Amino acid sequence: MSDLDDWQPTASLAALESRAQQLAWVRGFFASRKVMEVETPVMGRCSVTDLNIGSVPASPQLPGDESRQYWLQTSPEYPMKRLLAAGAGPIYQVARVFRDGERGVRHNPEFSLLEWYRPGFDDRELMAEVADLVCGWLGCPRPAYLTYRQAFEQFVGVDPFAADDESLRRLCAPWMTDAQLSRLLRDECLDLLMSLRVEPELARMGPVFITGYPESQAALARVSEVDGLRQAHRFELYVGGVELCNGYWELTDADEQQRRFDADNRARRRAGRQEMPVDQALLAAMRAGVPDCAGVALGLDRLLMLKLGLDDIAGVLAFPVERA
Amino acid sequence: MASYSTNEFRSGLKVLLDGDPCIILDNEFVKPGKGQAFNRVKLRNLTTNRQWERTFKSGESLEAADVMDQEMEYLYTDGEFWHFMKTDGSFEQYPADAKAVSDVLKWLKEQDVYTVTLYNGAPLAVTPPNFVELEVVDTDPGMKGDTAQGGTKPATLSTGAVVNVPLFITIGEVLKVDTRSGEYVSRVKS
Repeated sequence: MSDLDDWQPTASLAALESRAQQLAWVRGFFASRKVMEVETPVMGRCSVTDLNIGSVPASPQLPGDESRQYWLQTSPEYPMKRLLAAGAGPIYQVARVFRDGERGVRHNPEFSLLEWYRPGFDDRELMAEVADLVCGWLGCPRPAYLTYRQAFEQFVGVDPFAADDESLRRLCAPWMTDAQLSRLLRDECLDLLMSLRVEPELARMGPVFITGYPESQAALARVSEVDGLRQAHRFELYVGGVELCNGYWELTDADEQQRRFDADNRARRRAGRQEMPVDQALLAAMRAGVPDCAGVALGLDRLLMLKLGLDDIAGVLAFPVERA
Repeated sequence: MASYSTNEFRSGLKVLLDGDPCIILDNEFVKPGKGQAFNRVKLRNLTTNRQWERTFKSGESLEAADVMDQEMEYLYTDGEFWHFMKTDGSFEQYPADAKAVSDVLKWLKEQDVYTVTLYNGAPLAVTPPNFVELEVVDTDPGMKGDTAQGGTKPATLSTGAVVNVPLFITIGEVLKVDTRSGEYVSRVKS
């Protein structure tokens, strides 16, 4: 493709029309369920501390303020939780979010995330609503349920909770050298096996929810003991092997949240990555009281890829990052 | 030496892997939303020509390989080395060993121009042009009037290469041959 053609969209006009229809359908879905649409800043004073999510910095000049670092948001989660604490009730947002360094056939560093929160719901109830939305739009069968542990036992032949680090590393040996493996952390082994062993198997199944993640991958989900194992109330939906959403029965304990932020930053330091400022506004909102709720973030670009049967995200984006 | 991080990997990039120069053929980005990102990379080892697949944690890097392609004219062989000369007017000469010329040997003709891949300044591989013109030195006698039959016979060319040619080809004729398939293309009018 020559530079002269770079002005043209990579998505067909028909795909862009489907995109508009999808957005209208999503808005209709939430309007009928009395969930309020909200908008929160794309550029914020803080971003996430997650070890594996990179934020794009922004440097606005503000009148009367010394210049300070802002960040393009990787998800609208923190400000939406502040709205929940302020008593907003059930809310959703169609947000433009940014993830630094992510580019591939299923990734563009800027993408559309549908995020919603349901006060009073737990993870089971929210999964049912996710299924209503996704299957209603795609016309697919309702998802099956598989725990993270079952998926690994079935497709990798290992118990991800019981196996020691060394046996997990050995399972990654087909893809990496011994030197690389020796530096691979436990969760990195699990992520590699999830991407290269489990996902290809999930691609052969109908839609499926993966539930019950290890505590180390809880992120912002609450953790409880299930079947004698500490498991996160976190779920992901895979359709055709494509990771479509990530949801939690949300952690509402501010002190535990603070501990996880600090643990994230320690892990960032160990990995040689930049530490991120902790969002004090979120912690203050949690202390004031975020209601018991479940929340989920769903990739709208991938949802449209599935709807249209496309393998490359460029097919649903007017202008991917190279042409932005 | 410079190095490249996984996010700079693109096809055509030359890197060192396990001490061997390799060319990147494909780079696939995979990442669970909340998890570690990986790059699944396909490479061709330029020394062995073998294809490799290796997965990297995103952010890992590989050293750049000092590999470049140069147009050079083939001069002669002294039995141990095959000597090539740059076509840029510098008259700089490079001796290539038997390993570097092994794939090109049957197409190698003096004064023709080849692509020489230099690694750390020494010839690593020699690639022929897509088409070469070579003289027939041996084949069964031509059968006149048989041009429409479409039969073929083997013919030995001046470099030692043996190609299948139409029955009407005779010794002394110059043929155009596709080096990628090793197939006869046409006669060259002299």
